[in-house]
Amino acid sequence: MGLYRARGVVVRTYRLGEADRIVHLVTDARGKVRAVAKGVRRTKSRFGARLEPGSHVSLLCWEGRELDVVNQAEVLDSFRGLREDLERMRAAAVMLEAADLLSQERHEDPDAYRMLVGALRTLEAGGSALVAPAFLWKLLAADGVAPALETCASCGSTGPLVAFDPVDAGVRCRACRRGIPVSAEALALLRAFGSGGLGAALAGEAQPAWGEVERLATQAMEAHLERRLRSVHVLDG
Amino acid sequence: MAVYTPAVQRLIDELGKLPGIGPKSAQRIAFYLLRAERVDVLRLADAIRSAKEHVSFCQRCWNVAEGPECEICADPRREAGTICVVEEPRDVVAVERTGSFHGRYHVLQGAISPIAGIGPAQLKVKELLERLQPEAVEEVILCTNPNYEGEATAMYLARQLHERGVRVTRIASGLPVGGDLEYADELTLGRALEGRRPVEG
Repeated sequence: MGLYRARGVVVRTYRLGEADRIVHLVTDARGKVRAVAKGVRRTKSRFGARLEPGSHVSLLCWEGRELDVVNQAEVLDSFRGLREDLERMRAAAVMLEAADLLSQERHEDPDAYRMLVGALRTLEAGGSALVAPAFLWKLLAADGVAPALETCASCGSTGPLVAFDPVDAGVRCRACRRGIPVSAEALALLRAFGSGGLGAALAGEAQPAWGEVERLATQAMEAHLERRLRSVHVLDG
Repeated sequence: MAVYTPAVQRLIDELGKLPGIGPKSAQRIAFYLLRAERVDVLRLADAIRSAKEHVSFCQRCWNVAEGPECEICADPRREAGTICVVEEPRDVVAVERTGSFHGRYHVLQGAISPIAGIGPAQLKVKELLERLQPEAVEEVILCTNPNYEGEATAMYLARQLHERGVRVTRIASGLPVGGDLEYADELTLGRALEGRRPVEG
């Protein structure tokens, strides 16, 4: 118990009582932090827009038994661009939701924090529609469950790999195919995510395989989480 | 173990279902009601019953109403052609208190929340779009909260409304009157600077 400092990204907020909110943050030093921001919903709150989802902040918190309490918050990146464009807001929401669900409380994970901040900065700087799927894929890799893409998950063949099986977290050859059909272009992009080719993939021209990669990354993450990512489909209807 | 009589326990259980009321608060309120004057308690019970029986949602704007239409929609003095879109009926009261708006409202009954999985289909968006033509709406003011959910809602609605050729405006963001500049966050202060206005000399 006591005061502590941390840097973190707000990944989720809930209303609490009259004017408070519970905020979930993915932090550098404490994994996921759940803290109460008192009075944050009042127009004259000293927190203002600092604790909105997607904000990257430096915090001073009081450690509590169940929930911590935010004492002070300073903005490191407000990611304003992500709040003023519907497509980028949706992509950011997917990343925040996945980061929220995968991170654990009081379990230090500075890599997850750095990856999230990096992905949000890339998206803010005009990053492509490939940023969110790439982030999901790298989160899976960081969790040790990156789907195998080089050989068939069933027979080990390296022959033409034509399907992706999110349940077995791997690709399958023509003889063993099960799951979702996958094109050679999408497979090449997914391989690039894990082999240092991410920068080049993100800088490339938009192509039809991007939509396929987004669906594959979403399904792989949903299979790992054993639940749906709500923010992926929320603006469809 | 000592227990309350069934009637008291039922009262505590029901009060405990209200938002923000825990078991201890429910007990405290229950015993306050038991000690209070009978006439006062029955007036409260009658107010709850009457509100539940008579209050529904306005068929036009989805504000709370005691009849098919709310008082604002039924008022012929309100300007037709301008709709102020808000999230909750409480926001209608907040805007009405300013005395600066004379058009009609549309209550969405919530806001889009990508992270909570609340999309336009769960809100009264279709109902808003269906009002545009019959009411000859010229301007829609997006008066959703200036937070993450409210901004997402405003952006989604702006896209839908522009496609239909309606003038779309968004309420300004900036500093609250009576506040201190040094406590303003970067986002709010940035928007306040962008939205600055010339001052008459």
